[in-house]
Amino acid sequence: MDLQRPLPTPITPEAKPYWDGAREGKLMVPKCKACGKAFLYPRVLCPFCASRDIAWIQASGRGKLFSFEIAHQILNKAFKVKTPVVLAMVELEEGPRMLTNLINCEPDPKKIKCDMPVEVVFEKQTDEISLPMFQPARAR
Amino acid sequence: MKELSNKVCIVGVDESDEIGTLPGKSMLSLHLEASHNAIRDAGLKVSDVDGVFTAGQHSPATIAEALGVVPRFVDGTTVGGCSFIIMVGHALVALHHGLCDVAVVCHGESGRSQVGVTPRRDTAIPGQYEAPFGFGGASTMFGMITTRHMHEHGTTLEQWAQVAVSTRQWAALNPKAKNREPITIADVLNSRPVCYPFNLLNICLVTDAGGAVVLTRADRAKDCAKKPVYVRGAGEATEHVSLTQMKNLTFSEATKKSGAKALAMAGVDYKDFHHIMLYDAFTSGPPIMLESLGFCKPGEGVSFFEQGRSTPGGSLPINTNGGGLSYTHSGMYGIFPIIEATRQLRGECGTRQVPKCNVSLVNGMGGMLSAAGTLVLSNEK
Repeated sequence: MDLQRPLPTPITPEAKPYWDGAREGKLMVPKCKACGKAFLYPRVLCPFCASRDIAWIQASGRGKLFSFEIAHQILNKAFKVKTPVVLAMVELEEGPRMLTNLINCEPDPKKIKCDMPVEVVFEKQTDEISLPMFQPARAR
Repeated sequence: MKELSNKVCIVGVDESDEIGTLPGKSMLSLHLEASHNAIRDAGLKVSDVDGVFTAGQHSPATIAEALGVVPRFVDGTTVGGCSFIIMVGHALVALHHGLCDVAVVCHGESGRSQVGVTPRRDTAIPGQYEAPFGFGGASTMFGMITTRHMHEHGTTLEQWAQVAVSTRQWAALNPKAKNREPITIADVLNSRPVCYPFNLLNICLVTDAGGAVVLTRADRAKDCAKKPVYVRGAGEATEHVSLTQMKNLTFSEATKKSGAKALAMAGVDYKDFHHIMLYDAFTSGPPIMLESLGFCKPGEGVSFFEQGRSTPGGSLPINTNGGGLSYTHSGMYGIFPIIEATRQLRGECGTRQVPKCNVSLVNGMGGMLSAAGTLVLSNEK
Protein backbone atom coordinates (compact mmCIF):
# COMPACT_ATOMS: atom_id res chain seq x y z
CA MET A 1 0.00 0.00 0.00
CA ASP A 2 1.35 3.42 -0.90
CA LEU A 3 1.71 5.67 2.10
CA GLN A 4 -0.63 8.65 1.99
CA ARG A 5 1.05 10.60 4.78
CA PRO A 6 4.46 11.24 6.27
CA LEU A 7 4.73 8.86 9.23
CA PRO A 8 5.59 10.16 12.68
CA THR A 9 9.35 10.27 12.74
CA PRO A 10 11.36 9.92 14.76
CA ILE A 11 9.18 8.32 17.44
CA THR A 12 10.87 9.53 20.59
CA PRO A 13 11.26 7.12 23.53
CA GLU A 14 9.10 9.20 25.87
CA ALA A 15 6.25 9.02 23.33
CA LYS A 16 6.28 5.24 22.87
CA PRO A 17 3.16 4.61 25.02
CA TYR A 18 1.29 7.21 22.93
CA TRP A 19 2.07 5.48 19.63
CA ASP A 20 1.69 1.96 21.10
CA GLY A 21 -1.76 3.01 22.28
CA ALA A 22 -2.68 4.49 18.90
CA ARG A 23 -1.82 1.16 17.23
CA GLU A 24 -4.36 -0.50 19.55
CA GLY A 25 -6.99 2.19 18.96
CA LYS A 26 -6.45 3.87 22.32
CA LEU A 27 -5.70 7.55 22.84
CA MET A 28 -3.11 7.44 25.60
CA VAL A 29 -2.26 10.68 27.39
CA PRO A 30 0.33 11.44 30.08
CA LYS A 31 -1.13 12.61 33.38
CA CYS A 32 0.78 14.19 36.23
CA LYS A 33 0.40 12.28 39.50
CA ALA A 34 1.30 15.36 41.53
CA CYS A 35 -1.14 17.95 40.16
CA GLY A 36 -3.55 15.60 38.41
CA LYS A 37 -3.46 17.39 35.05
CA ALA A 38 -3.25 15.57 31.73
CA PHE A 39 -1.03 17.02 29.02
CA LEU A 40 0.27 16.58 25.51
CA TYR A 41 2.78 16.22 23.88
CA PRO A 42 4.36 13.46 25.96
CA ARG A 43 7.38 14.57 27.96
CA VAL A 44 9.21 13.54 31.11
CA LEU A 45 8.17 16.57 33.16
CA CYS A 46 4.76 18.05 33.90
CA PRO A 47 4.43 21.45 32.14
CA PHE A 48 2.02 22.64 34.85
CA CYS A 49 3.90 21.83 38.07
CA ALA A 50 7.30 20.50 36.93
CA SER A 51 6.77 17.17 38.69
CA ARG A 52 8.65 14.17 37.28
CA ASP A 53 5.97 11.75 38.53
CA ILE A 54 4.02 11.02 35.34
CA ALA A 55 1.49 8.26 34.63
CA TRP A 56 -0.45 7.37 31.48
CA ILE A 57 -4.24 7.29 31.16
CA GLN A 58 -6.54 6.35 28.32
CA ALA A 59 -8.43 9.47 27.23
CA SER A 60 -12.14 9.23 26.43
CA GLY A 61 -11.46 10.24 22.83
CA ARG A 62 -14.07 12.96 23.10
CA GLY A 63 -13.43 16.66 22.83
CA LYS A 64 -14.27 19.81 20.94
CA LEU A 65 -12.95 21.37 17.76
CA PHE A 66 -10.98 24.27 19.22
CA SER A 67 -9.97 25.75 15.87
CA PHE A 68 -9.51 24.71 12.25
CA GLU A 69 -8.16 25.54 8.82
CA ILE A 70 -8.99 24.20 5.38
CA ALA A 71 -5.80 23.54 3.45
CA HIS A 72 -5.96 23.74 -0.34
CA GLN A 73 -2.31 22.83 -0.73
CA ILE A 74 0.13 20.86 1.42
CA LEU A 75 3.82 21.67 1.12
CA ASN A 76 5.09 18.26 2.27
CA LYS A 77 5.38 16.05 -0.83
CA ALA A 78 4.96 12.94 1.33
CA PHE A 79 1.41 14.07 2.15
CA LYS A 80 -0.73 12.68 -0.67
CA VAL A 81 -4.25 12.91 0.73
CA LYS A 82 -6.43 14.82 -1.72
CA THR A 83 -7.03 18.45 -0.72
CA PRO A 84 -8.93 20.28 0.62
CA VAL A 85 -8.03 18.81 3.99
CA VAL A 86 -9.37 20.09 7.30
CA LEU A 87 -6.49 20.83 9.66
CA ALA A 88 -7.80 20.81 13.19
CA MET A 89 -6.88 21.68 16.75
CA VAL A 90 -8.91 19.54 19.13
CA GLU A 91 -9.24 20.15 22.87
CA LEU A 92 -9.75 16.84 24.64
CA GLU A 93 -12.23 16.45 27.51
CA GLU A 94 -9.20 15.80 29.71
CA GLY A 95 -7.74 19.22 28.80
CA PRO A 96 -4.83 18.83 26.38
CA ARG A 97 -4.98 20.22 22.86
CA MET A 98 -3.65 18.37 19.83
CA LEU A 99 -3.23 19.00 16.12
CA THR A 100 -5.02 16.52 13.88
CA ASN A 101 -7.40 16.31 10.94
CA LEU A 102 -11.17 16.56 11.00
CA ILE A 103 -12.49 13.81 8.73
CA ASN A 104 -15.88 12.49 7.61
CA CYS A 105 -17.01 16.10 7.34
CA GLU A 106 -17.49 18.47 4.42
CA PRO A 107 -14.56 20.94 4.19
CA ASP A 108 -16.78 24.00 4.29
CA PRO A 109 -16.25 26.86 6.77
CA LYS A 110 -20.01 27.40 6.87
CA LYS A 111 -20.52 23.89 8.22
CA ILE A 112 -17.51 23.49 10.50
CA LYS A 113 -17.75 25.46 13.74
CA CYS A 114 -15.30 26.07 16.54
CA ASP A 115 -16.33 24.22 19.72
CA MET A 116 -18.36 21.56 17.85
CA PRO A 117 -18.11 18.16 19.60
CA VAL A 118 -15.74 15.68 18.00
CA GLU A 119 -14.56 12.13 18.69
CA VAL A 120 -11.38 10.26 17.91
CA VAL A 121 -11.11 7.72 15.12
CA PHE A 122 -7.86 5.93 14.37
CA GLU A 123 -6.62 5.60 10.82
CA LYS A 124 -4.17 2.78 10.22
CA GLN A 125 -1.14 3.73 8.13
CA THR A 126 1.10 0.67 8.59
CA ASP A 127 1.17 -2.34 10.93
CA GLU A 128 3.09 -0.15 13.37
CA ILE A 129 1.45 3.23 12.99
CA SER A 130 -2.12 4.43 13.38
CA LEU A 131 -2.93 8.13 13.53
CA PRO A 132 -5.53 9.75 15.79
CA MET A 133 -8.02 11.67 13.64
CA PHE A 134 -11.30 13.25 14.71
CA GLN A 135 -14.80 13.31 13.25
CA PRO A 136 -17.99 15.12 14.27
CA ALA A 137 -19.30 13.34 17.39
CA ARG A 138 -22.18 10.95 16.85
CA ALA A 139 -25.25 11.52 19.01
CA ARG A 140 -24.99 9.53 22.24
CA MET B 1 16.06 48.58 33.55
CA LYS B 2 15.65 52.31 32.99
CA GLU B 3 19.39 52.88 33.29
CA LEU B 4 19.75 51.09 29.92
CA SER B 5 17.44 53.52 28.13
CA ASN B 6 19.09 55.81 25.53
CA LYS B 7 22.57 54.42 26.24
CA VAL B 8 22.94 52.81 22.83
CA CYS B 9 22.09 53.99 19.33
CA ILE B 10 21.37 52.50 15.94
CA VAL B 11 23.90 54.18 13.69
CA GLY B 12 23.71 52.14 10.49
CA VAL B 13 21.00 50.26 8.61
CA ASP B 14 20.62 48.82 5.13
CA GLU B 15 19.38 45.94 3.01
CA SER B 16 21.48 43.75 0.76
CA ASP B 17 22.39 45.32 -2.63
CA GLU B 18 19.12 43.98 -4.00
CA ILE B 19 16.09 42.27 -2.50
CA GLY B 20 13.46 40.17 -4.26
CA THR B 21 14.11 37.08 -6.40
CA LEU B 22 17.88 36.55 -6.44
CA PRO B 23 18.86 33.10 -7.74
CA GLY B 24 22.43 34.37 -8.19
CA LYS B 25 23.03 35.12 -4.51
CA SER B 26 23.63 32.76 -1.61
CA MET B 27 22.28 33.21 1.88
CA LEU B 28 25.82 34.10 3.04
CA SER B 29 26.21 36.74 0.31
CA LEU B 30 22.97 38.38 1.43
CA HIS B 31 24.30 38.54 5.01
CA LEU B 32 27.58 40.06 3.89
CA GLU B 33 26.14 42.62 1.47
CA ALA B 34 23.70 43.84 4.11
CA SER B 35 26.35 44.00 6.84
CA HIS B 36 28.79 45.83 4.58
CA ASN B 37 26.14 48.31 3.46
CA ALA B 38 24.92 49.01 7.00
CA ILE B 39 28.47 49.51 8.32
CA ARG B 40 29.11 51.96 5.47
CA ASP B 41 25.82 53.72 6.27
CA ALA B 42 27.19 54.25 9.79
CA GLY B 43 30.44 55.71 8.46
CA LEU B 44 32.36 52.85 10.10
CA LYS B 45 34.72 50.18 8.79
CA VAL B 46 34.19 46.42 8.89
CA SER B 47 37.31 46.19 11.05
CA ASP B 48 35.54 48.33 13.71
CA VAL B 49 33.03 45.51 14.33
CA ASP B 50 33.68 43.56 17.51
CA GLY B 51 30.19 42.21 18.22
CA VAL B 52 28.34 39.91 15.81
CA PHE B 53 24.67 38.98 16.27
CA THR B 54 22.75 36.78 13.86
CA ALA B 55 19.98 34.20 13.76
CA GLY B 56 19.11 31.38 11.41
CA GLN B 57 21.24 28.79 9.70
CA HIS B 58 24.55 30.66 9.84
CA SER B 59 26.14 31.07 13.25
CA PRO B 60 27.69 34.38 14.25
CA ALA B 61 31.05 32.64 13.95
CA THR B 62 30.39 31.98 10.26
CA ILE B 63 29.43 35.60 9.68
CA ALA B 64 32.45 36.90 11.60
CA GLU B 65 34.78 34.60 9.68
CA ALA B 66 33.31 35.70 6.36
CA LEU B 67 33.55 39.37 7.35
CA GLY B 68 37.15 38.81 8.38
CA VAL B 69 36.77 40.00 11.97
CA VAL B 70 37.45 38.38 15.35
CA PRO B 71 34.54 39.53 17.52
CA ARG B 72 34.78 39.57 21.29
CA PHE B 73 31.03 39.19 21.68
CA VAL B 74 28.71 36.90 19.69
CA ASP B 75 25.05 35.95 19.94
CA GLY B 76 23.12 33.42 17.84
CA THR B 77 19.77 33.40 19.65
CA THR B 78 17.39 31.86 17.10
CA VAL B 79 13.77 32.03 18.20
CA GLY B 80 12.15 32.85 14.87
CA GLY B 81 11.77 35.96 12.77
CA CYS B 82 11.88 38.39 15.69
CA SER B 83 15.35 37.18 16.74
CA PHE B 84 16.99 40.30 15.26
CA ILE B 85 14.67 42.57 17.23
CA ILE B 86 15.54 40.65 20.39
CA MET B 87 19.23 40.92 19.50
CA VAL B 88 19.09 44.71 19.50
CA GLY B 89 18.27 44.32 23.18
CA HIS B 90 21.13 41.86 23.65
CA ALA B 91 23.50 44.22 21.82
CA LEU B 92 22.30 47.05 24.05
CA VAL B 93 23.37 45.17 27.16
CA ALA B 94 26.71 44.08 25.69
CA LEU B 95 27.56 47.57 24.42
CA HIS B 96 26.48 49.28 27.63
CA HIS B 97 28.76 47.07 29.68
CA GLY B 98 31.67 47.48 27.29
CA LEU B 99 31.65 43.84 26.22
CA CYS B 100 31.85 45.15 22.65
CA ASP B 101 31.97 48.60 21.01
CA VAL B 102 30.42 48.16 17.58
CA ALA B 103 27.69 45.56 17.13
CA VAL B 104 26.29 44.27 13.85
CA VAL B 105 22.93 42.49 13.86
CA CYS B 106 22.61 40.83 10.48
CA HIS B 107 20.20 38.73 8.46
CA GLY B 108 20.44 37.00 5.12
CA GLU B 109 18.00 34.49 3.71
CA SER B 110 17.55 32.94 0.31
CA GLY B 111 13.95 32.20 1.20
CA ARG B 112 12.67 32.10 -2.36
CA SER B 113 15.61 30.77 -4.36
CA GLN B 114 17.10 28.53 -1.62
CA VAL B 115 20.72 29.22 -2.63
CA GLY B 116 23.26 28.01 -0.10
CA VAL B 117 20.57 26.81 2.29
CA THR B 118 20.43 23.56 4.28
CA PRO B 119 17.08 21.78 3.70
CA ARG B 120 14.85 21.81 6.71
CA ARG B 121 14.35 18.56 8.62
CA ASP B 122 11.55 17.69 10.93
CA THR B 123 12.56 17.61 14.53
CA ALA B 124 10.93 15.26 17.02
CA ILE B 125 7.85 17.29 17.92
CA PRO B 126 6.58 18.48 14.51
CA GLY B 127 7.65 15.16 13.00
CA GLN B 128 5.39 13.20 15.33
CA TYR B 129 2.47 15.47 16.06
CA GLU B 130 2.17 17.85 13.08
CA ALA B 131 3.58 16.57 9.78
CA PRO B 132 1.44 13.38 9.57
CA PHE B 133 -1.67 15.56 9.46
CA GLY B 134 -0.42 17.91 6.75
CA PHE B 135 0.89 20.68 8.98
CA GLY B 136 4.05 22.31 7.68
CA GLY B 137 4.78 25.92 6.83
CA ALA B 138 3.46 28.92 8.66
CA SER B 139 0.18 29.25 6.76
CA THR B 140 -0.97 25.88 8.14
CA MET B 141 -0.45 27.23 11.66
CA PHE B 142 -1.30 30.92 11.93
CA GLY B 143 -4.75 30.31 10.48
CA MET B 144 -5.54 28.28 13.60
CA ILE B 145 -5.04 31.40 15.74
CA THR B 146 -7.05 33.43 13.25
CA THR B 147 -10.08 31.11 12.97
CA ARG B 148 -10.35 31.00 16.76
CA HIS B 149 -10.05 34.80 16.94
CA MET B 150 -12.99 35.10 14.52
CA HIS B 151 -14.98 32.69 16.68
CA GLU B 152 -14.24 34.46 19.96
CA HIS B 153 -14.28 38.10 18.83
CA GLY B 154 -16.45 38.13 15.71
CA THR B 155 -13.63 39.46 13.54
CA THR B 156 -14.20 38.94 9.81
CA LEU B 157 -12.31 38.05 6.64
CA GLU B 158 -13.05 41.59 5.38
CA GLN B 159 -11.32 43.10 8.41
CA TRP B 160 -8.18 41.02 7.92
CA ALA B 161 -8.22 42.00 4.24
CA GLN B 162 -8.12 45.66 5.25
CA VAL B 163 -4.66 45.07 6.74
CA ALA B 164 -3.39 43.91 3.32
CA VAL B 165 -5.00 46.92 1.63
CA SER B 166 -3.46 49.42 4.06
CA THR B 167 -0.03 47.84 3.84
CA ARG B 168 -0.13 47.83 0.02
CA GLN B 169 -0.87 51.57 0.06
CA TRP B 170 2.48 52.05 1.80
CA ALA B 171 4.26 49.65 -0.56
CA ALA B 172 3.12 51.80 -3.46
CA LEU B 173 5.33 54.56 -2.00
CA ASN B 174 8.41 52.36 -1.45
CA PRO B 175 10.54 51.82 -4.58
CA LYS B 176 12.11 48.74 -2.94
CA ALA B 177 8.76 47.00 -2.37
CA LYS B 178 8.04 43.92 -4.48
CA ASN B 179 4.29 44.41 -4.97
CA ARG B 180 3.18 48.02 -5.44
CA GLU B 181 -0.10 47.95 -7.39
CA PRO B 182 -3.10 49.05 -5.30
CA ILE B 183 -5.47 46.31 -4.10
CA THR B 184 -9.00 46.28 -2.69
CA ILE B 185 -10.68 44.19 -0.03
CA ALA B 186 -12.42 42.27 -2.84
CA ASP B 187 -9.02 41.53 -4.43
CA VAL B 188 -7.88 39.95 -1.17
CA LEU B 189 -11.08 37.95 -0.70
CA ASN B 190 -11.00 36.75 -4.32
CA SER B 191 -7.32 35.80 -4.40
CA ARG B 192 -6.39 32.13 -4.53
CA PRO B 193 -7.49 30.15 -1.44
CA VAL B 194 -4.39 28.72 0.25
CA CYS B 195 -5.45 27.66 3.72
CA TYR B 196 -8.73 28.94 5.12
CA PRO B 197 -9.04 31.56 6.59
CA PHE B 198 -6.21 32.79 4.37
CA ASN B 199 -6.24 33.55 0.68
CA LEU B 200 -2.97 34.37 -1.07
CA LEU B 201 -3.09 38.12 -0.36
CA ASN B 202 -3.42 37.47 3.39
CA ILE B 203 0.00 35.82 3.35
CA CYS B 204 3.45 37.41 3.23
CA LEU B 205 5.77 37.26 0.26
CA VAL B 206 8.60 34.75 -0.01
CA THR B 207 11.74 36.56 -1.15
CA ASP B 208 15.52 36.58 -1.03
CA ALA B 209 16.90 39.41 1.07
CA GLY B 210 19.46 40.54 3.60
CA GLY B 211 19.34 43.30 6.17
CA ALA B 212 21.63 44.61 8.89
CA VAL B 213 21.64 47.06 11.77
CA VAL B 214 24.77 48.58 13.38
CA LEU B 215 24.77 49.80 16.97
CA THR B 216 27.20 51.58 19.22
CA ARG B 217 27.13 53.50 22.53
CA ALA B 218 25.54 56.94 22.45
CA ASP B 219 28.86 58.73 23.17
CA ARG B 220 30.44 57.17 20.09
CA ALA B 221 27.29 57.47 17.96
CA LYS B 222 27.80 61.22 17.74
CA ASP B 223 30.85 60.59 15.52
CA CYS B 224 29.01 58.37 13.05
CA ALA B 225 27.78 59.43 9.62
CA LYS B 226 24.04 59.69 10.27
CA LYS B 227 21.77 61.08 12.94
CA PRO B 228 21.71 58.52 15.77
CA VAL B 229 18.52 56.68 16.65
CA TYR B 230 18.30 55.93 20.37
CA VAL B 231 17.19 52.56 21.68
CA ARG B 232 14.90 53.84 24.41
CA GLY B 233 13.40 50.49 25.31
CA ALA B 234 13.83 46.82 24.49
CA GLY B 235 11.86 43.75 25.50
CA GLU B 236 11.68 40.07 24.68
CA ALA B 237 9.84 36.92 25.76
CA THR B 238 8.98 33.45 24.53
CA GLU B 239 5.91 31.43 25.39
CA HIS B 240 5.61 28.31 23.26
CA VAL B 241 6.78 26.70 20.05
CA SER B 242 4.05 24.15 19.34
CA LEU B 243 0.75 25.86 18.78
CA THR B 244 -1.00 23.41 21.11
CA GLN B 245 1.05 24.79 23.99
CA MET B 246 -0.16 28.40 23.60
CA LYS B 247 -2.34 29.05 26.64
CA ASN B 248 -4.69 31.54 25.00
CA LEU B 249 -4.76 30.87 21.26
CA THR B 250 -5.90 34.39 20.41
CA PHE B 251 -3.63 36.41 22.71
CA SER B 252 0.16 36.37 22.79
CA GLU B 253 1.53 36.26 26.32
CA ALA B 254 5.07 36.65 24.94
CA THR B 255 4.08 39.83 23.08
CA LYS B 256 2.41 41.26 26.19
CA LYS B 257 5.48 40.64 28.31
CA SER B 258 7.93 41.88 25.70
CA GLY B 259 5.97 45.07 25.04
CA ALA B 260 5.49 45.87 28.72
CA LYS B 261 9.22 45.58 29.30
CA ALA B 262 10.14 47.81 26.35
CA LEU B 263 7.60 50.51 27.20
CA ALA B 264 8.61 50.54 30.87
CA MET B 265 12.30 50.86 29.99
CA ALA B 266 11.53 53.69 27.58
CA GLY B 267 9.14 55.43 29.98
CA VAL B 268 6.57 55.90 27.21
CA ASP B 269 2.84 55.25 26.90
CA TYR B 270 0.76 53.97 23.97
CA LYS B 271 -0.24 57.48 22.93
CA ASP B 272 3.41 58.56 22.54
CA PHE B 273 4.06 56.66 19.30
CA HIS B 274 4.08 58.40 15.94
CA HIS B 275 4.84 55.30 13.91
CA ILE B 276 4.50 51.54 14.35
CA MET B 277 6.19 48.57 12.68
CA LEU B 278 4.58 45.16 13.29
CA TYR B 279 5.72 41.83 11.90
CA ASP B 280 3.11 40.97 9.27
CA ALA B 281 3.58 37.40 8.11
CA PHE B 282 -0.23 37.22 7.91
CA THR B 283 -2.87 39.95 7.86
CA SER B 284 -4.26 38.88 11.22
CA GLY B 285 -0.86 39.21 12.93
CA PRO B 286 -0.61 43.00 13.37
CA PRO B 287 -4.11 43.45 14.88
CA ILE B 288 -3.54 40.58 17.33
CA MET B 289 -0.14 42.06 18.26
CA LEU B 290 -1.73 45.45 19.01
CA GLU B 291 -4.24 43.65 21.25
CA SER B 292 -1.51 41.67 23.03
CA LEU B 293 0.68 44.76 23.43
CA GLY B 294 -2.24 46.52 25.13
CA PHE B 295 -3.00 49.21 22.53
CA CYS B 296 -6.63 48.10 22.60
CA LYS B 297 -8.95 45.40 23.94
CA PRO B 298 -8.86 41.90 22.46
CA GLY B 299 -10.89 41.92 19.25
CA GLU B 300 -10.39 45.62 18.54
CA GLY B 301 -6.97 45.56 16.83
CA VAL B 302 -8.48 45.52 13.35
CA SER B 303 -9.86 49.04 13.89
CA PHE B 304 -6.31 50.42 13.65
CA PHE B 305 -6.21 49.43 9.99
CA GLU B 306 -9.15 51.45 8.81
CA GLN B 307 -8.58 54.08 6.14
CA GLY B 308 -7.18 57.22 7.73
CA ARG B 309 -5.54 55.47 10.67
CA SER B 310 -2.73 53.15 9.56
CA THR B 311 -2.65 54.33 5.93
CA PRO B 312 -0.54 57.07 4.29
CA GLY B 313 -1.61 60.41 5.78
CA GLY B 314 -3.25 58.55 8.67
CA SER B 315 -3.14 59.32 12.37
CA LEU B 316 -0.97 56.31 13.31
CA PRO B 317 0.97 54.97 10.31
CA ILE B 318 1.71 51.22 10.48
CA ASN B 319 4.13 49.17 8.37
CA THR B 320 5.28 52.04 6.22
CA ASN B 321 7.77 49.98 4.18
CA GLY B 322 4.94 47.86 2.76
CA GLY B 323 5.58 45.09 5.25
CA GLY B 324 6.16 41.41 4.81
CA LEU B 325 2.90 41.41 2.88
CA SER B 326 4.09 43.66 0.03
CA TYR B 327 7.72 44.84 0.49
CA THR B 328 9.80 41.77 1.30
CA HIS B 329 9.70 38.66 3.47
CA SER B 330 12.71 36.41 3.24
CA GLY B 331 11.60 34.09 6.04
CA MET B 332 12.93 35.77 9.19
CA TYR B 333 11.61 39.27 8.49
CA GLY B 334 12.47 40.90 11.83
CA ILE B 335 15.49 42.94 10.71
CA PHE B 336 13.45 44.92 8.16
CA PRO B 337 11.01 46.68 10.51
CA ILE B 338 14.04 47.94 12.49
CA ILE B 339 15.58 49.31 9.27
CA GLU B 340 12.34 51.08 8.31
CA ALA B 341 11.78 52.57 11.77
CA THR B 342 15.35 53.92 11.76
CA ARG B 343 14.88 55.48 8.33
CA GLN B 344 11.59 57.08 9.40
CA LEU B 345 13.19 58.51 12.54
CA ARG B 346 16.04 59.91 10.43
CA GLY B 347 13.58 61.44 7.96
CA GLU B 348 14.95 59.51 4.98
CA CYS B 349 11.74 58.06 3.61
CA GLY B 350 10.79 60.45 0.77
CA THR B 351 7.16 60.22 -0.30
CA ARG B 352 6.33 57.75 2.48
CA GLN B 353 7.96 59.83 5.23
CA VAL B 354 5.75 60.09 8.30
CA PRO B 355 5.62 63.76 9.39
CA LYS B 356 6.87 64.58 12.90
CA CYS B 357 8.09 61.02 13.44
CA ASN B 358 10.06 61.05 16.70
CA VAL B 359 9.03 57.88 18.51
CA SER B 360 8.57 54.53 16.81
CA LEU B 361 7.53 51.09 18.03
CA VAL B 362 8.94 47.92 16.48
CA ASN B 363 7.29 44.65 17.47
CA GLY B 364 7.91 41.26 15.96
CA MET B 365 6.98 37.67 16.50
CA GLY B 366 8.95 34.48 16.21
CA GLY B 367 7.09 31.41 15.07
CA MET B 368 3.34 31.63 15.64
CA LEU B 369 3.35 34.45 18.21
CA SER B 370 5.67 32.08 20.05
CA ALA B 371 8.47 34.53 20.74
CA ALA B 372 8.32 38.30 20.73
CA GLY B 373 10.72 41.21 20.56
CA THR B 374 9.80 44.87 21.06
CA LEU B 375 11.80 48.07 20.61
CA VAL B 376 11.03 51.68 21.38
CA LEU B 377 13.20 53.81 19.09
CA SER B 378 13.52 57.59 19.04
CA ASN B 379 15.56 60.31 17.36
CA GLU B 380 15.73 62.22 20.64
CA LYS B 381 16.58 61.23 24.22
